[in-house]
Amino acid sequence: MKKILEVEDLHISFHTFAGEVQAIRGVNFDLYEGETLAIVGESGSGKSVTTKSIMRLLPPGNSEIKSGKILFKDKDLAKATEKQMQKIRGKDISMIFQDPMTSLNPTMTIGKQIMEPLLKHQKLSKSKARERALKLLDLVGIPKPEVRLKQYPHQFSGGMRQRVVIAIALACTPKVLIADEPTTALDVTIQGQILDLMKDLQKQIETSIIFITHDLGVVANVADRVAVMYGGKIVEVGTVDEIFYNPKHPYTWGLISSMPSLDTDDEELYVIPGSPPDLLNPPKGDAFAPRNPYAMKIDLEEEPPMFQVSDTHYAATWLLHPDAPKVEPPEAVKERMDKFREKAAGSIKEGK
Amino acid sequence: MAKYIGKRIIFMIITLFIISSATFFLMKFLPGTPFQNEEKLSEDQREILNEKYGLDQPIPVQYANYMVNIAKGDLGVSFQFDNQPVTNLLKNRMGPSLQLGFQAMFIGTIIGILLGVLAAMFQNTWIDYGSTFLAVLGKSIPSFVFAAVMQYYIGVKLELLPVASWDGFTSSIMPTIALAIFPIATAARFMRTELIEVLGSDYITLAKAKGNSGMEVSFKHAIRNALIPLITVLGPMAVALMTGSMVVEQIFAIPGIGEQFVKSIQTNDFPIIMGTTIFFAFLLMVIILIIDILYGIIDPRIRLTGGDKK
Repeated sequence: MKKILEVEDLHISFHTFAGEVQAIRGVNFDLYEGETLAIVGESGSGKSVTTKSIMRLLPPGNSEIKSGKILFKDKDLAKATEKQMQKIRGKDISMIFQDPMTSLNPTMTIGKQIMEPLLKHQKLSKSKARERALKLLDLVGIPKPEVRLKQYPHQFSGGMRQRVVIAIALACTPKVLIADEPTTALDVTIQGQILDLMKDLQKQIETSIIFITHDLGVVANVADRVAVMYGGKIVEVGTVDEIFYNPKHPYTWGLISSMPSLDTDDEELYVIPGSPPDLLNPPKGDAFAPRNPYAMKIDLEEEPPMFQVSDTHYAATWLLHPDAPKVEPPEAVKERMDKFREKAAGSIKEGK
Repeated sequence: MAKYIGKRIIFMIITLFIISSATFFLMKFLPGTPFQNEEKLSEDQREILNEKYGLDQPIPVQYANYMVNIAKGDLGVSFQFDNQPVTNLLKNRMGPSLQLGFQAMFIGTIIGILLGVLAAMFQNTWIDYGSTFLAVLGKSIPSFVFAAVMQYYIGVKLELLPVASWDGFTSSIMPTIALAIFPIATAARFMRTELIEVLGSDYITLAKAKGNSGMEVSFKHAIRNALIPLITVLGPMAVALMTGSMVVEQIFAIPGIGEQFVKSIQTNDFPIIMGTTIFFAFLLMVIILIIDILYGIIDPRIRLTGGDKK
């Protein structure tokens, strides 16, 4: 598989009155053609900042890409000019936002909003752009597109608006689609519909998706690979199965343990104790150490490097160091690991 | 839409009726008559005058007569200004006032919006601070101070424009500027705040994510949305212009309604006071109606809740 996007050692800071907030502290990841990469993590872990920086949509006044590369089509987007970015935004890379209720212009018809990137990037005539907009509305499952095209956002429901936003994002068949929590603001039944739609469209348009979410259920549903972010870094990355059934990082263990499951009888849900690190003064060692029940002395001293678990699976925890003591992951994670072993064994038996 | 406007016009007529009734009775409660200042008049002459103008009749009868006449479009005859019908006087005086008001409103909103947009787009730069400074000046210094300063420097010292007269467009420039300062300041402040808020909203980020440049985002997406709340303050601003024009008209010796209104109050000229009040009320209601229609044009959400849904 070909890499479409490479993020290398990205550092991003925000300049505030209190000082420099190091929101992103060395993020590395690759996006392959046609895959869906989910980025998960709690609020403030840097998911949105990372993806906004790919589109260079961070507020120019107070944010700064300190170092690192964002390679797309042999171009380093981290150093691209605003003019160059305007040609890429909406054409090669586009974005779906979290809240469909506020992400459409209330005083512009849906049609105009969908036609805008088409007129801009593909230099279509107005009538051609209208035709394409009708097709796009049909594609995202909005009935009566001719009527809907002339309507305003307030005449659409939340789910329908998100379909419109998706239509706008896909108008120029982008290579990379960034979906920043596209289902968080929708209720569960609509969530399912939107996820199905995205998966369906991804196959048709052959785009790569970066899917930001903090909902692990959604991740399991859509992603091929998962990157877990904590404190401005990616702490574990792997395929969906690897992350869900063979997680290595204690933070991922915490996330998975705090996921409600149909099988458990426990009334109380697991909570990761403590609060996220202060990125104004990032800790010296592993940012997760203070909340990590498995923390060792070295976690407070030195940041762990990425340890390779398999070809696709990496995790940044000292527990993977050959000298580290063997620890047992929490109960919920162990159950999942057992299931994975059964699943793997099962698939061998069935000859898959 | 037609149904909505029709409804609004009926309400306007009812409002006008209430306003004219209230003004009528308020004036009758005031002490003094139009003729008491004329010391040369004898008691008999005063009686004759009172009879002539119907002021000897009981107040309810006077009220009924007046209202019937208004309905016919007759606002009575002025006591002071050469016995002319009030409608004539208003007609003659309306021109300069409306011209000034319109010019000031037009220039004020356009320059104000422009200043506000610049301030918002170049937030926290010298452009922003400059616009803020101008706006604070414009809001805190009354229009007659500007008028006097302009008269002295531009009119007397530089002799660029007529100091105080009314002939042709050149003589309207200074009064228009004096009147426009307040709307400029108000619109600029309002536009800046609104536009900054709009520029921070999600749909602006989406517009940027489509590949629009900063200018395109501002002009295609942001300004229209920022205008909606501004329209709300345009109404009171128009009123401020109308009342503010009284002073400015006096300073620049403009034969407008404001100047005449002030004189008629000083001399208890009932028909003129009544006529002008009703005229101002009418003007204000028309402005409010226009503003409400503007809302619908700019904001589709209001257009559809306003009445005719498909």
